[in-house]
Amino acid sequence: MNKFLNKLRPILLFIISLFTSLAICPANAALEIEISGGSAQQIPIAVVPFGGSVAGQSSSSAQIDNIIGADLRRSGLFRVLETGGVVNRPTDINQVKYAEWAALQAQALVVGRIESLPGNRLKVSFKLADVLKQTQLAGMEYNIAPNQLRMTAHKIADVIYQKLTGEAGIFASRIAYINKSKGRYTLQVADADGENPQTVVSSNEPIISPAWSPDGSKLAYVSFEKKKPIIFVQSLMTGQRLTLANFKGNNSAPAWSPDGSKLAIVLTHAANSQVYIINADGTGLKQLTKSSAIDTEPTWSPDAKWIYFSSDRGGRPQIYKVSSIGGEAQRVTFEGAGNLSPRFSPDGKLLAMIRNDGGKYRVALQDLSSGQVQLLSDGGQDESPSFAPNGRVLLYATRVGGRGALAAVSSDGRVKQRLSESGGDVREPAWGPLLN
Amino acid sequence: MSKGMFNKKLVGSLVLAVLLSACKSTPMVDKPAGVEDKSPSSSSVKQADGNADTSGVKEVVIDSNANNGNNPLNDPNNILSKRNIYFDFDSDAVKAEFRPLIEAHAKYLVANGNAKLILQGNTDERGTREYNLSLGQRRSVAVKKSFNLLGVQDKQIETVSFGEEKVTPNCADENCHQANRRVDIAYANE
Repeated sequence: MNKFLNKLRPILLFIISLFTSLAICPANAALEIEISGGSAQQIPIAVVPFGGSVAGQSSSSAQIDNIIGADLRRSGLFRVLETGGVVNRPTDINQVKYAEWAALQAQALVVGRIESLPGNRLKVSFKLADVLKQTQLAGMEYNIAPNQLRMTAHKIADVIYQKLTGEAGIFASRIAYINKSKGRYTLQVADADGENPQTVVSSNEPIISPAWSPDGSKLAYVSFEKKKPIIFVQSLMTGQRLTLANFKGNNSAPAWSPDGSKLAIVLTHAANSQVYIINADGTGLKQLTKSSAIDTEPTWSPDAKWIYFSSDRGGRPQIYKVSSIGGEAQRVTFEGAGNLSPRFSPDGKLLAMIRNDGGKYRVALQDLSSGQVQLLSDGGQDESPSFAPNGRVLLYATRVGGRGALAAVSSDGRVKQRLSESGGDVREPAWGPLLN
Repeated sequence: MSKGMFNKKLVGSLVLAVLLSACKSTPMVDKPAGVEDKSPSSSSVKQADGNADTSGVKEVVIDSNANNGNNPLNDPNNILSKRNIYFDFDSDAVKAEFRPLIEAHAKYLVANGNAKLILQGNTDERGTREYNLSLGQRRSVAVKKSFNLLGVQDKQIETVSFGEEKVTPNCADENCHQANRRVDIAYANE
């Protein structure tokens, strides 16, 4: 068997390289994802098509391993091997002939099954194996409704990612963004891979600044539906809307506190934009910053002690911080023609921002302990940086051919992705929390 | 900008109107925060059925279509139908050429105590959306001060900003950016 495989190996490798070069774009994606760059050391992994009693009945079983493979590939940390040329397709760990997968140069192997359960439920099981050590690294079983298959695939990809990289995954999460099309604005929520887009709210007036509640159940956003910016909080499940802030003047820039009990918002009560804190039910309004300048774009530090914000109190807009219980503001950024839109990495160690780099607005990342800054994007009007839940990727808005598009970059700057919707103008991305 | 906006007659009668009429408007009532807004009055909100999906997102559709009757505010021959005040780069100074326009609207406001004005500031698209929202606010406040000097009281004016949301996108030249740096005048309920 081994000899036979060795003879076949050059052919198999050719087939593999052919397929991997073709298999980038997911089918029927609302957001098409384009990847460039990648980690120098990608983990070669094979995801065997899932088997089981449901396998032949729909495309669902083919889908689940495709989704897992696409997630891993998109991270830039994995090289997903094509398994089309492999005859033996194990669906459980005891059927694995490790030598065959070692011959494919796979270091890790994913096998799994989908079976019907009574009451229109599905049982999805998978095992992750270390091909070289010939051991099982992880295994899980999920009892799900059929429409949870896609999210289950993302959860499996997260388990694999976590086991093999040591970091938390990001695939079982959702992103929110605004799509402008034919004069209509829609706030949409999609899976982190851009699939399964759903409209949260649509309006003939602009919508900006969507912000996820920390538990992922609600979105705060700014809607201009009444000829002025008003902040709403909307439940994703029920569609119920709360008018969080509708004071005289502008109501904008909502930012949830880490525990979800409060939001920092920006009001123009007394003419110029100032940062306020308000309870998540719309009560208990308190002014936080007091200046005669523009203070806006507040964001909370993960420990909830600080509010960072942008302000032109020193002339050009720069980033400042103020204690979340009030006090004097301190300046945080000094470089660049201006810095805007501060956003913390989940561990609180990095601060993403939009830097005015000689008239070009780009995503920059500042290490808060060393002060070192790295420019991560190369567009001219890049905006709205948003960290993935594990802090490893930043999603942001860019422009391509005069249209808004979303882009993602790894926090080390090595892997870049572009997500664009054909015919649409996409902006204001916000990456939501991991779904458990 | 067109010089046709200048209108001496309107300016003359405006001064009189300002002198004669105290502001009789009802105060603008802010909607208290914390109210569950299931059906905003000026919009029709429809709760569409979400797809039967795991994530169960419920869709809300908003259509805020204005219903305008015949009134001087919409008469193209009336200066009141002129609604744009343009600004220089990085400036919130209201230029002299827009005085007649502002004076005409001030006169209308003073004569119609229940009329409420919303001044909507706009910026060019350079910079972040939220920051531009704040910049646009500065311009609308500058125009409001012009109205205040003409006797219009704060309770008839609300200053807001659209930032870069309503301007022409993808400007290739300075003329285009210039057209975007403006304050638009809107009346509540129109």
